[in-house]
Amino acid sequence: MGKTHLKMTVNSKEVELLVEPRQLLIHVLREELNLTGAHIGCESSHCGACTIDMNGMSVKSCTVFAAQAQDAEITTIEGLGSPDGLHVLQEMFKEHHGLQCGYCTPGMITRAHRLLQENSNPTEEEVRFGISGNLCRCTGYQNIVKAILAAAAKMNEVKESA
Amino acid sequence: MNESTPPKEERMAALSGLGTSRKRVEDARFTQGKGNYVDDLKMPGMLFGDFVRSPYAHARIKSINTEAALALPGVHAVLTAADLEPLGLHWMPTLAGDKQMVLADGKVLFQGQEVAYVVADDRYAADDGIQAVVVEYEELPVLVDPFKAELDDAPVLREDIADQSEGAHGPRRHPNHIFTWESGDRAATELVLSEAEVVAEEMVYYHRTHPCPLETCGCVASMDKVNGKLTVWGTFQAPHAVRTVASLISGIAEHNIRIISPDIGGGFGNKVGVYPGYICAIVASIVTGVPVKWVEDRMDNLMATAFARDYWMQGKISATKEGKITGLWCHTTADHGAFDACADPTKFPAGFMNICTGSYDIPTAYLAVDGIYTNKAPGGVAYRCSFRVTEAAYFIERMIEVLAIKLGMDAADLRAKNFIRKDQFPYQSALGWEYDSGDYHTAWDKALAAVDYEGLRAEQAERLGAFNRGETRKLIGIGLSHFTEIVGAGPVKNCDILGLGMFDSCEIRIHPTGSAIARLGTISQGQGHATTFAQILASEIGIPAEDITIEEGDTDTAPYGLGTYGSRSTPVAGAATAMAGRKIRAKAQMIAAYLLEVHDNDVEWDVDRFVVKGAPERFKTMKEIVFASYNQAIPGVEPGLEAVSYYDPPNMTFPFGAYVCVMEIDVDTGTTEIRQFYALDDCGTRINPMIIEGQVHGGLTEALAIAMGQEIAYDEQGNVTTGTLMDFFIPTAWETPNYQTDFTETPSPHHPIGAKGVGESPNVGGVPAFSNAVHDAFKSFGLTQSHMPHDHWRIWKIANSLGLHD
Repeated sequence: MGKTHLKMTVNSKEVELLVEPRQLLIHVLREELNLTGAHIGCESSHCGACTIDMNGMSVKSCTVFAAQAQDAEITTIEGLGSPDGLHVLQEMFKEHHGLQCGYCTPGMITRAHRLLQENSNPTEEEVRFGISGNLCRCTGYQNIVKAILAAAAKMNEVKESA
Repeated sequence: MNESTPPKEERMAALSGLGTSRKRVEDARFTQGKGNYVDDLKMPGMLFGDFVRSPYAHARIKSINTEAALALPGVHAVLTAADLEPLGLHWMPTLAGDKQMVLADGKVLFQGQEVAYVVADDRYAADDGIQAVVVEYEELPVLVDPFKAELDDAPVLREDIADQSEGAHGPRRHPNHIFTWESGDRAATELVLSEAEVVAEEMVYYHRTHPCPLETCGCVASMDKVNGKLTVWGTFQAPHAVRTVASLISGIAEHNIRIISPDIGGGFGNKVGVYPGYICAIVASIVTGVPVKWVEDRMDNLMATAFARDYWMQGKISATKEGKITGLWCHTTADHGAFDACADPTKFPAGFMNICTGSYDIPTAYLAVDGIYTNKAPGGVAYRCSFRVTEAAYFIERMIEVLAIKLGMDAADLRAKNFIRKDQFPYQSALGWEYDSGDYHTAWDKALAAVDYEGLRAEQAERLGAFNRGETRKLIGIGLSHFTEIVGAGPVKNCDILGLGMFDSCEIRIHPTGSAIARLGTISQGQGHATTFAQILASEIGIPAEDITIEEGDTDTAPYGLGTYGSRSTPVAGAATAMAGRKIRAKAQMIAAYLLEVHDNDVEWDVDRFVVKGAPERFKTMKEIVFASYNQAIPGVEPGLEAVSYYDPPNMTFPFGAYVCVMEIDVDTGTTEIRQFYALDDCGTRINPMIIEGQVHGGLTEALAIAMGQEIAYDEQGNVTTGTLMDFFIPTAWETPNYQTDFTETPSPHHPIGAKGVGESPNVGGVPAFSNAVHDAFKSFGLTQSHMPHDHWRIWKIANSLGLHD
């Protein structure tokens, strides 16, 4: 099968590679670029485990062809925080026990990150609606919601003091 | 105490031991996307295997043509039953004493059954190969209704055992009948029922559903032909048992097999069993000489691996006119699908269903369970519950409600009137269990007070009045549940899986500088073992939890254990951890006494050190003792500080809880809103309250899913109609409520630290609470029983059938 030349920016780094037209973005990220943070949970856009940030929007990368990411700006969980300095969302998920098995967590945090850029001071209801495309089987969401609200408060504090 | 000894409280706090809400050590890697799940594994030359699956529920296979598939670029091999047969691997034993086809052998028995296995360069090439395999089927009559399985015109499903009148669990009366399992005294129970003042009777159905962890099942098998070793990384809730089973069925010596469970993205019982995907990946790796990965997709997962429940429970409960329960009778028709692949202890083909007398002092009881084959996927796993305990809890908590209606009594009062009293423990149940401990009345009273039960009933009555006057279309349902679980399997004398006793283990090595590693026979799938088991040890040996590494899941390094399911990790491996810790402490005591130049009995333990009795200024800290064990020759004491414990629990543990659900129901749309959910759990000694609360939130949400919409449904042709997350309900953050959690603490008298396990309680107790709320809302209109799941459509139908839309 003929391959397509794909150029995109992933976590602030330009990448170029050849992909099959039918290859899904999640497979390219995980298998070609070794970014295994985003996971595969349903391959039908329902669970959100594969959520990444693409051109300023939350996108379920299991139902996007890699070829559709031509020239895209992509951020995955690996692009948020680092071992030396966790992102405040990552810290708050730990602080409020917002994860258990960890499988939904990268997608959930990536989605929460975009949500807080869309709405920096969400209500609980807005958080619940805003993450309703991301399924979690372990936590019952209560502590995830708490973590996201706590992260929003912290980020706003930092903004105010700046 | 002298100046160099900080206060006791300060030293205890530094340990982060039992009872502290220690933050999880797992989270740093998971929040950064650095977990290591099976599908993250990548190896040089690794191939990908996937299945051709049957579109039919029951069909004969006339031919399989693999030529076109093999001709495709990127396809390396296509395995069929004919290829596996010379190896004796076309069938495999199930955990329930039955056998299951690895690849279809002459016929298929459920939709989605594995027919052929395509091995290719990657998942895309494998899919090309799957499309190119040509299978010719001849359709056969389909059996989906277990109550029709023994009719004269029923098709015979399992031709391989059609003429066997004896199965793994006793006599079989029909080719589609698997077993009859009985518990209790039938004659006595029938006598009690015939003489009773009041008898309530109902069919309670706990529908078929699926654990559906967010990560599906998968593995990577790698046969190293140079050294003859097979390594399998996989989603295994019981890695050691998998190693033994793999050795027994493959003939590869057990020391040449290494099973590794890496991070697991949720299990909930789905990952206990052995699936054809594992066997085929292993065979494919042997055939091709390179690692082979198999990861099922969501549809495969929902259609083929590990359904749960599907129990039709016909019940009768008798009582005096005053509401004292005198007897309980239950006959269950258990739909097992095409192969009996339940994950139950061997001697319990219906698991611990005979805990169905619940929290109540019921003097006489009888239970019979008939296992039946149908054209559905095999399984019968314990989805976030100890074996069939959630079925039992749902049954009794529905029967209590039905009885309360018959008696005209309040269901909360009826429960309180029949609870096993605190002074009756240890309590011998009519169906043979010895309940270790409990204090049900205290928990119940606390729960009812917390929700203002009487106030809720008054509000409900008021709302009903308004409804009847046409002022509102919403009803209030108050769902009660008081459950008792039986977890922590189990004592080796009666609990085994394939002959392997259900003990568990912990091995501890203390390093010279005072930190440690402990390895266990269990495996976390999100429960936070690396956090909580370190806390148990910290309290036992006085080393801070943060200085203790917990490792699980590698059979080459971890001691043998039966794994994590049935809430057994804390009751069994947690006990082993405490006992191994005590061995460390006993040796440390001898070393301390030697260093302090006193007799062993003249020192006593004080949080993190041994102190000379009556001379608190003379002590040796654990850190000093540890180093001494490595650098001093101590007469009569071996160097080093290590211990291992294999713990055979003397009894099961019996966690319990009291739940109240308040639900608003729109009669015209069938939609529901959980207005309040109060959950009181008593799991004995609490190791990490933060993690307990998280487990309760999660378990309740799975209960919400099951009770309110989640099911694996089949049409009459045996097609799965709920095979994707579009149809299979998983609650989102939007429909999931906030939960109020609470607790009482009744330690287990036989567990070394008194812990009972908690992960499954909220699912076991939650399902009846949600379901009872629905029933309760419609009770005054004459509803006694309606089957789950209570989705909007079914609730609308209840309202409609009761004439509420007229």
